[in-house]
Amino acid sequence: MSAVEEVTSEAPAVEAVPKRAMTLGYGTSLVVLGLLIIAPMFLKNFFVFQMTMLLIYALAVLALNILTGGSGQFSLGQSAFYAVGAYTSAILMEHMGVNYALTLPIAGIICFGFGFLFGQPALRLSGIYLALATFALAVAMPQLLKLGFFEHWTGGVQGLVVTKPDAPFGLPISQDRWLYYFTLVIAIGIYVASVNLLRSRSGRAFMAIRDNEIAASAMGVDVALYKTLAFGVSAGITGVAGGLGAIAVQFVAPDGYTITLAISLFLGMVVGGVGWLPGSIVGSAFIIFVPNIAEHISKGLSGAVFGVLLFLVIFLVPHGARQVAIVAQQLIGKLKK
Amino acid sequence: MSVLNLRLGAFAAALALLPATSSGALAQKKYDTGASDTEIKIGNIMPYSGPASAYGVIGKTEEAYFRKINAEGGINGRKINFISYDDAYSPPKTVEQARKLVESDEVLLVFNSLGTPPNTAIQKYLNTKKVPQLFVATGATKWNDPKEFPWTMGWQPNYQSESAIYAKYILKNHPNAKVGILYQNDDYGKDYLKGFKDGLGAKAASMIVLEESYEVSQPTIDSHIVKLKSSGADVFFNITTPKFAAQAIKKNSEIGWKPLHFLNNVSASIGSVMKPAGFENGQDIISSQYFKDPTDAQWKNDAAMKAWNEFLDKYYPEANRADASVMYAYIVSQGLVHVLKSCGDDLTRANVMKQAASIKDLELSGLLPGVKVNTSATDFAPLSQLQLIRFKGENWERFGEILSGDVGG
Repeated sequence: MSAVEEVTSEAPAVEAVPKRAMTLGYGTSLVVLGLLIIAPMFLKNFFVFQMTMLLIYALAVLALNILTGGSGQFSLGQSAFYAVGAYTSAILMEHMGVNYALTLPIAGIICFGFGFLFGQPALRLSGIYLALATFALAVAMPQLLKLGFFEHWTGGVQGLVVTKPDAPFGLPISQDRWLYYFTLVIAIGIYVASVNLLRSRSGRAFMAIRDNEIAASAMGVDVALYKTLAFGVSAGITGVAGGLGAIAVQFVAPDGYTITLAISLFLGMVVGGVGWLPGSIVGSAFIIFVPNIAEHISKGLSGAVFGVLLFLVIFLVPHGARQVAIVAQQLIGKLKK
Repeated sequence: MSVLNLRLGAFAAALALLPATSSGALAQKKYDTGASDTEIKIGNIMPYSGPASAYGVIGKTEEAYFRKINAEGGINGRKINFISYDDAYSPPKTVEQARKLVESDEVLLVFNSLGTPPNTAIQKYLNTKKVPQLFVATGATKWNDPKEFPWTMGWQPNYQSESAIYAKYILKNHPNAKVGILYQNDDYGKDYLKGFKDGLGAKAASMIVLEESYEVSQPTIDSHIVKLKSSGADVFFNITTPKFAAQAIKKNSEIGWKPLHFLNNVSASIGSVMKPAGFENGQDIISSQYFKDPTDAQWKNDAAMKAWNEFLDKYYPEANRADASVMYAYIVSQGLVHVLKSCGDDLTRANVMKQAASIKDLELSGLLPGVKVNTSATDFAPLSQLQLIRFKGENWERFGEILSGDVGG
């Protein structure tokens, strides 16, 4: 244990990111936002659906980014929170007839509570031990969803089919476009809130804990509270993403929320850049589109091709999209001169 | 400029020619998205990666079979364009791939997609889009529901009717049996379990002494077998996939438990179950079949088996011939070819479903003698016949009649 601690204290797994570097400038933000608003108008429904999934996974990656990049805690259990959110939305919609938009805050609150409670025992663990504990959560979740006890609600192994909402007020846009803009509004809301959270007093406390726990507590930061809080916030956002995912996919089943999902989200975070919130959408694009590209290159070896592509990314740009963005910024700066 | 004019001219000429050439043909030929004079686009979704990737071989065999059909001139002169995507057995990914097939690749139909949860995830979507979800590769009972889902059709005998057949056999021949059950904790295992309990009816509660379940991720099921033995059961219903089935058979003999052993059809393979488990340990096990086990020596000189081997030699030489999935895919591909052929020049989605729902006593190469494909407007379960088999020596011995156990969805 002590040996491990020495190693980790020498080279922290999560690099300290100054808070200003965690966001994009106004200009770039507006360009990205503009693209996200305009693009679906010219795309086929199928691509709109893919973009919706892109935003949803981006939210889940963002949530993990707050936890890992913000407070320095690892989690391989995000798929469990995602599943709880998805099932909460699905059950509320299908069994109780609640409006889909209302199910999302409920899914968020339930997952916040779930994450906060899970954060309590997780307090005693750190680094790789915490990663393992959350890993256990991710492995257990699909089986819990299959339990006969919950079967009346969850549909057991058969899953639950969810009805896709129509655009309200008789708006003349397709279900897919409506759902995309609905997701976009929520995603922007959560993104802005997350940026503000990390700039706030709580955010500074998260980062203080990430950088040095002992120093943080000496400064009067309630380490236990903020660590569990980070878990809760992260789980809550993941839950909202899960709920949106259930509505977009129109189906929830235990097979959709296995450990593979948790690892994908983790991968998305690393590729997007740990601690860089705008990177979440890049990471999300990576986990959605790169497997498709890999499959296109070779069907039998899609896993291996994906591995090679991932290796290249990690080898060439170890800090993910953030590194690319910084290099691009410097280049533009030079050109201006 | 002159090039442009030339092109425009050619375009105009082509436009002028268009009605002349097509008006005669339009009388008989009707197409929906995905079909044309030269090709038919077929979509398919398979778990080439992920936990169920062993079944990916089904997609590969189908691809090989359609290559053979194309090499032999296609279907009524049209080539099959088989587009198969990977969903890693994850329902959200299945939805994405299905939408890609329908909206981007514009296929005529989705054929033989694998797994109950993935197919459930896309069933509603395909039915609202009115795209045939033809011959799904799952034995769940719910695919036979033409009223609710007129665009979805099953294929193989469903799990529930199979276990109902075993239940009937037990009630008739061993009315005082004490039954122990081992099942895989997923949709497939639970479907078998339900069919079995329904088959036993009121006696289920008193006859079943122990139900044990295992997760597909477990490395071994030995402890469950020991527990089943100590429960005092004298009939064992083994609802497991090949790897676990072989383990169970071996463990039974190791600990000296000799119940009357029923093995589900999923694992009734000599090459991948009985041989690894040891022939001497598998004697007298009862199971059921609807197609010929290619590793069974009794079919060595069978014409169907020879045709199958020739096809594999030429189009899919690296196939593992002990894998029942290869035979399965060979048969279901013939089923699709039959449907497309009977569509003639009316390749609309509605006609595909109509033709698929009017198959009468079709015999396909590879099915057991006497097993036939039958469908109607109210029966969307193409294969529903099975024959009981008992393991003797190194072969399956068929006994009794061809049984039909239709359970509606």
